[in-house]
Amino acid sequence: MASNTLVSRRATAKPRPGRRRSGREPDLGRQRTLISPAQLGRPRGKAVYWIVFALVVAGFTLVFLGPLYWMVTGGLKTTQEVVQSPPTAFPTSIHTENYSQAWNVMDLSRLLFNTLYYAFGALAFQLVLDVAAAYSLSKLRPVFGKVILGMMLATLMIPATVLVVPQYLTVLDVPIFQRNLLNSPWAIWLPSVTNAFNIFLLKRFFDSIPRELLDAAAIDGASPLRTLRSVVLPISRPILGVVSIFAVVGVWKDFLWPMLTLPDPNKQTLNVGIYSLASGVPENVLIAALTIASVPTLLIFLIFQRNIMSGLTAGGLKG
Amino acid sequence: MSAPTLSTPGKASPPSRGHHRPAAPGSPREEFTRALRRNISAHGFLIGAVLCFSFFSWYPMVREFVLAFQKTEDGRTTWAGWSNLSYVFNDPAFWQAWRNTLLFTALALLLGFAVPFVVAVVLNEFRHAQGYLRLLVYLPVMLPPVASVLLFKYFYDPGYGLFNRLLEVLHLPAQQWLQDPDISMLSVVIASTWMNMGGATLIYLAALQGIPGELYEAAELDGAGLLRKIWHVTIPQTRLILSLLLLMQIIATMQVFTEPFLLTNGAGPEGSTTTVVYLIYQYAFNFNNYGSAAALGLVLLVVLAGFSAVYVRLSRSSED
Repeated sequence: MASNTLVSRRATAKPRPGRRRSGREPDLGRQRTLISPAQLGRPRGKAVYWIVFALVVAGFTLVFLGPLYWMVTGGLKTTQEVVQSPPTAFPTSIHTENYSQAWNVMDLSRLLFNTLYYAFGALAFQLVLDVAAAYSLSKLRPVFGKVILGMMLATLMIPATVLVVPQYLTVLDVPIFQRNLLNSPWAIWLPSVTNAFNIFLLKRFFDSIPRELLDAAAIDGASPLRTLRSVVLPISRPILGVVSIFAVVGVWKDFLWPMLTLPDPNKQTLNVGIYSLASGVPENVLIAALTIASVPTLLIFLIFQRNIMSGLTAGGLKG
Repeated sequence: MSAPTLSTPGKASPPSRGHHRPAAPGSPREEFTRALRRNISAHGFLIGAVLCFSFFSWYPMVREFVLAFQKTEDGRTTWAGWSNLSYVFNDPAFWQAWRNTLLFTALALLLGFAVPFVVAVVLNEFRHAQGYLRLLVYLPVMLPPVASVLLFKYFYDPGYGLFNRLLEVLHLPAQQWLQDPDISMLSVVIASTWMNMGGATLIYLAALQGIPGELYEAAELDGAGLLRKIWHVTIPQTRLILSLLLLMQIIATMQVFTEPFLLTNGAGPEGSTTTVVYLIYQYAFNFNNYGSAAALGLVLLVVLAGFSAVYVRLSRSSED
């Protein structure tokens, strides 16, 4: 255990397979942490490790998967069984019709479609406008670029909730254009572009692209747009992935803003629609609806978990 | 000259001053056209985002200040001076909302700041299943808030809720989780911590993995035990991240809205979960009193500005 760099971690992990108990222990040669390997190697250390480990795994599974399990199975129970005390661990009889009822009664297909429409529209706007802005600020460096960047970053200092009221009033009557964006998807899409954090992330990534690469493209006669498309974007896939996921998830999780700007029941998002219908449907149907609403983001998460988690930590500190 | 990127023909090369011949390659005039062209295309890339910021971020920022000093009566908007602010300060709900918000922040920090750190320190020791545990912790963050909050509403139900069932098993008295004004805020905080702790935990984990192992070895050679290693190595090594997250959580929790709004319809029993942002919401959207809402927003802004400033300074120093 001489050094603890990432490189040596990889290197030492391999040549000592003899100490591994099974293939499930990939990290014996990992970077050392709080507790020394020697301490862990002793019988007592091992016992304590496995006890704590088992407790934590069991506890975490219960705390974080338990509610989800309750939700999925709750949607399969009868109304009486859901509100029964003590609760049952397994549904006594399976009622999949709750799910189809939730789908039909709460018009989940419409809510789902709306949410997808808003989320991916916002994603498109953010990808086009924020990427272009970050590229310009990072590589084209226009006059006043620093001022503009500063003013964008300054918006991070203003608590989002403070701006809700003036933003809402702006949406009611957009200055110059004299448009009312209430109940229009633009009320979600356009404000979503004002994500200074995304611009900051993108710009920081673009800053790391070597100047020579872009100069070479310019010497070949590529226009800035062409350079962006053929040189910058292909290298930037990881950061684009992170920004995209956060853009979609951001709209998916938002509550106050869509509640204010999309009051029409036909235009609502999943969050707002389910909330406003919650008191009018039986518990088991509502729980089934919650399950359905959770599936898309959970799927996104399971598929892209690596990108999401690395984006979270690499992208700085936005929780 | 505000524009370092624009070359300045006059100053750069005196000989060409006053001449109007066609620009030779590399001449100031050509350079000027090139810079101009570059600037036009650069601003072309910027314009979309700048327009969005102008309409939906910068203009509302200005408007927030204007609104706070205006009032609208019978469709006529007039300057109101400090009357909005004095109205807000004289509203008994204002002080209650601040008490509640500070209580929420304190509880949320106690739980939401300490728990993820402890969890991260423990997870970092595990040689197995770390990926699985990380996945679990972050799972609630991905749920739509309406799903997690309504789930907790069921768990908190005094009749059939799981929490009272748990207390029953432990032979503890049942609680009116959301109906009792003394613990309603705690209930909101528990739900909120479950929903949001994943992000902080993963950030701590990443920070912990950056601690050089030699430091622990050195501490052991000095005879340090587990707690002293945490105190003298783990915490100092992660101090920057810890303080950044602390500030971020203060800023985020003081703006809490969705959780109390969904769990206790905002106000809660005897107004015990009315937060500052919920009061802004009430002023604006229940009473149509935008002036007072903006004035209260300004108060919140001023309170949070201090935290934001420290945050920005710290995160700058982390960049270096």
